[in-house]
Amino acid sequence: MFYPQSIEEIQRVVVESHAPMVVRGGGTKPGLLNHNDSVTTIDLSDVSGILEYRPEECTFTALAGTRLNDIEEVLSDNDQWMPFDPPMVDKGSTLGGVLAAGLSGPCRYGFGGVRDFVLGISWVSGDGNLLNGGGRVVKNVAGFDFPKLMVGSLGRFGIITEITMKVFPQSQAFATLEWDCLNIEEAVKFMKLLSLSKIEFLALDIESNGIVRVRIGGIQNSLQKRLDSIARYKNGAVIFKDREESEKWSSLRNFCWLDDSCMLIKVPITPDIVCRLDSKLSHYEALRLYSVGGNVAWIGWMDSIVKLDKILENLGLTGLLLLGEYNTPWLGTSAFDNVFAAKVKAALDPKNRFMSL
Amino acid sequence: MSKSFLDKLKDIVTDEQVLTAHSELIPYESDGLTAFKALPRAVVLPNKQSEVISIVRLCHEHSVPFVARGSGTSLSGGSLPNERGIVIGLNRLNSILDLNIEERYAVVECGVINNDVSEASKHYGLHYAPDPSSQLVCTIGGNVAFNSGGAHCLKHGMTSNHVLGIKAVLPDGTVVQIGGHSLDSVGPDLVGLFVGSEGLFGIALEIILRLVPMPEGFRTLLAAYPSMEQAGDAVSSIIDAGLLPTAMEIMDNLTIKAVEATVHAGYPTDAGAVLIVELEGEIVEIEEEFKCLRKIIYESGAYNVTSANNQNERALIWKGRKGAFGALGKISPAYIVQDGVVPRSQLGSALAEIDSLSEKYGIRVANVFHAGDGNLHPNVLFNNSDEEMLEKAELLASEIVQMCIRRGGVITGEHGVGMEKREFMNDMFSDKDMDQMLILTDIIDPHQIANNDKVFSRSRVPGI
Repeated sequence: MFYPQSIEEIQRVVVESHAPMVVRGGGTKPGLLNHNDSVTTIDLSDVSGILEYRPEECTFTALAGTRLNDIEEVLSDNDQWMPFDPPMVDKGSTLGGVLAAGLSGPCRYGFGGVRDFVLGISWVSGDGNLLNGGGRVVKNVAGFDFPKLMVGSLGRFGIITEITMKVFPQSQAFATLEWDCLNIEEAVKFMKLLSLSKIEFLALDIESNGIVRVRIGGIQNSLQKRLDSIARYKNGAVIFKDREESEKWSSLRNFCWLDDSCMLIKVPITPDIVCRLDSKLSHYEALRLYSVGGNVAWIGWMDSIVKLDKILENLGLTGLLLLGEYNTPWLGTSAFDNVFAAKVKAALDPKNRFMSL
Repeated sequence: MSKSFLDKLKDIVTDEQVLTAHSELIPYESDGLTAFKALPRAVVLPNKQSEVISIVRLCHEHSVPFVARGSGTSLSGGSLPNERGIVIGLNRLNSILDLNIEERYAVVECGVINNDVSEASKHYGLHYAPDPSSQLVCTIGGNVAFNSGGAHCLKHGMTSNHVLGIKAVLPDGTVVQIGGHSLDSVGPDLVGLFVGSEGLFGIALEIILRLVPMPEGFRTLLAAYPSMEQAGDAVSSIIDAGLLPTAMEIMDNLTIKAVEATVHAGYPTDAGAVLIVELEGEIVEIEEEFKCLRKIIYESGAYNVTSANNQNERALIWKGRKGAFGALGKISPAYIVQDGVVPRSQLGSALAEIDSLSEKYGIRVANVFHAGDGNLHPNVLFNNSDEEMLEKAELLASEIVQMCIRRGGVITGEHGVGMEKREFMNDMFSDKDMDQMLILTDIIDPHQIANNDKVFSRSRVPGI
């Protein structure tokens, strides 16, 4: 394990190391470091710090190892936030980690994911060069979109060192409504109805037990009126506000609902597959949360991971193992087993200094 | 180009689909950027995806360059033909293959017109959000290639933020499917890389687009200011107040006068600048936001504020903005439009610098731009029959781009690099950054045939 203190040291380690390299940030997603081969692990937790924050531009630039809770604190002082709602912030996850893993939280539904907020990126390539893509302004189409490519890449193209992100003004007030639809089928039906409405939900989640949960945010003065009109969609809405409300989402984002022994898997899905997936998973007593309007399944898994691998493969889904041990972080069918991905890998990492895709 | 290539092309499609006569090629000699012109050896108009794939494979086999073209609205010369190659016109691939309302996505072919996606989905209360000014004619394939923006991308984002998946034919003829139907994904964001690659990675045949509900309501206002600087400062105040309008657009006096002379949108012609701000969302929410917005607008020195009270009044405010480029065409025989981006807080000083440059060269510059994201659109007005003036205009435009880079901005916010800004890429990226992009291009397109004279000046070889 290497603990570089600077970008120059990362470059030196890259040039001198032999085994394929893997990168570790805050260590909150150890499943991503799963592999069969001997590797050189590079820990970036000391390469941290906010390099530039320009509230008036709604942008900041930080080193990859910067902890997200440090960033959130600084943004919050200026009534701004990262609307892609990064998960595992309280557990110590880093900006580089959340970007390389491609993780977004519940508010991805209303605002977009980490891919939609990354503006610029620097990375150390396999031959030790420091490369850049994108820019530091909120709009840019010059050159290839390497910042987006790096989202979800798990450091397989290079070591991400520096990231520029777009941020948004924080809403004045938030509120949450919950309905108990009794079962997943009814919950999915209700979720689809809400997703076609004109209400600008920030988050739209459902649980396997039939709970439907929505979050709204905006100006304090209009919040109650909006709540009243949303509550009319279905009887029995329970409303949460203020601290209780924010703690609810924080607990979901930080996966406090998982048992310590649980593995955690993220699976991109579509709303139409929720019931089918849920029915399969229910046989294994897995914990299931369907977030982002039925576009992301978060699965807490306690059985053999090989079984889940098979279930996902049979359903044509790809999963990402965040917590748990296996021979790879990717489960199910390969979402990127294609010529384009292979060519990109060959161009960015010709000597296979990083793990294969 | 050998005879056998054209013969083989006609084995793939009918003779009627291959244009070679000079008069047939003329309409394809340039795109929205008319400063560049070139005649291709042939234009081929495939009717279906399988024909496109066969054509690309033939080009690869014969190392014949191709330029994929939709409606030819690129403002950076992105679909300028290559004289040694062919143009593949994709307008006939215009089917909306799937419109899934419950899942909120559409699967479209590359030749589908941007606005047709919204038209097809509006009955269900949905729309496709990216709205480039050319949305009535431009194609989704072109939008994907150039990651097109539009007036409303301040809140909604660009094309890239709305593309979920792509079926593409790579320049070597391989067909790949990247991304999917889900809003989220795992693994590297290959869709993100493909969008905005300006045709260098091949042709997107089918695109899965995200649809979003139409907003419940809009609030639009037009504010007149004595100076550009005050209008620019108002934009910063709006952002500082925590508002997130869908659009914030500024026009200078020269543009206002041009617009009023043609489309009569009711803009005050004595204003130094007008600012258009639009809010959208739930009605109760935007009414509250609008109160806050009006307060900021008055405090920022606006002397005349018009609010749209209905859809017709809103359309009138936008009519002026959307007609701006056409109106400028009436007051100048030719113009160069740049689309560099500066940090938003530098808008005022950047515009002052453009004014000084305009004075230095003795050439008029009309400014109309997406102020919310610092995306300038200076229009350098000149007479194209005057060689000396053309040269000066190009120098002036080039100085504006350099200024954007110097201020920490970028050379293009939404039009793309194309032919027009190739020489500025080196000013924005280091040699090593450029090498990485060229290496990637060469691996994806080993014969250098897919729009390969765009984005990079090929005088440069990676590593040299």
